[in-house]
Amino acid sequence: MGPWNNLWLFTKKSITGIIIGVTISDRYLTFVSVRGDSMHPTFTASPTTFPGSLKGDLALAERFCLDKYRFSNGDVILFKCPSDHKQIFVKRLIALPGDWIQVPESSEILRIPEGHCWVEGDNAACSWDSRSFGPIPLGLVRGRVTHVVWPPWRMSQVERKIPEGRISSY
Amino acid sequence: MSLGSRAAAVFGGAALAKTLCAVHVVNAHLCGVAFVLGPSMLPTMNLTGDVVAVDRITARWGSVAVGDVVLLLSPENPRKTVAKRIMGLEGDAVTYLVDPAKGDESKTAVVPKGHVWVQGDNIYASRDSRQFGPVPYGLIQGRIFCRIWPPESFGFIGQKA
Repeated sequence: MGPWNNLWLFTKKSITGIIIGVTISDRYLTFVSVRGDSMHPTFTASPTTFPGSLKGDLALAERFCLDKYRFSNGDVILFKCPSDHKQIFVKRLIALPGDWIQVPESSEILRIPEGHCWVEGDNAACSWDSRSFGPIPLGLVRGRVTHVVWPPWRMSQVERKIPEGRISSY
Repeated sequence: MSLGSRAAAVFGGAALAKTLCAVHVVNAHLCGVAFVLGPSMLPTMNLTGDVVAVDRITARWGSVAVGDVVLLLSPENPRKTVAKRIMGLEGDAVTYLVDPAKGDESKTAVVPKGHVWVQGDNIYASRDSRQFGPVPYGLIQGRIFCRIWPPESFGFIGQKA
């Protein structure tokens, strides 16, 4: 039992840990930090300088919904930005394929095409979402946000919310 | 079940779980295999199906180039994965035949930011960007670089302009 032996054992354990962690985060559950004001008041970008605090809320997201792409209107989802694949956005899913939606700030009524969805931030005033880039393919969705886990005083489940009177399913 | 065999079962289960995790990480982040089928990529890929190797790194780093064959989630049905060839990256102007079976009417489109233009090699039987327009880069799952089955047609699938 020399120091090299210990070091080797430690490396092996860490690599195993990383592999298991990555698998769980890819397939089952993951943590995301939500920055920006677009989802206020569901998530807040805290301006505080609390020591060791993150810039925004930390949320728990599940990836089980990706097996069958089973979502409901009002879910908060994670998706890859359609114009930059390296960015992950968090927005609320407003309409699913086949739904008719009244586009805000215009009287247009739009049908969501097959395999697409309509996403919007809760804070309509400063959110860059489907109102600018249109419906996004469901293939870009990377998970569903279920809980806020940090900061501790805001720990709660994320509720499903549907804007009234704008969506109809036929 | 004796204590010894139970311990062996637990140990075996843990080893299996670790192996599956390792398989997932290699398949999802480094290099995976996929089965592709259908007429849209003839003659590059067979009608009856090929097993191909998929490189996940190139797509993640954003260095996919024009002419690469990629695997992507269909924008019309997220449960379906399709293989197509990249014909244009963001900012490129792509000229394409609207319907090659009916004539040579062609159109030109400019690919918007963060999108790619994909087409099947068999333009007569492919549903691709000519119908649904440019697709977001985020739908790309990997770059197909090698055919591994059937063994007689083993070989690298390279770029073709």
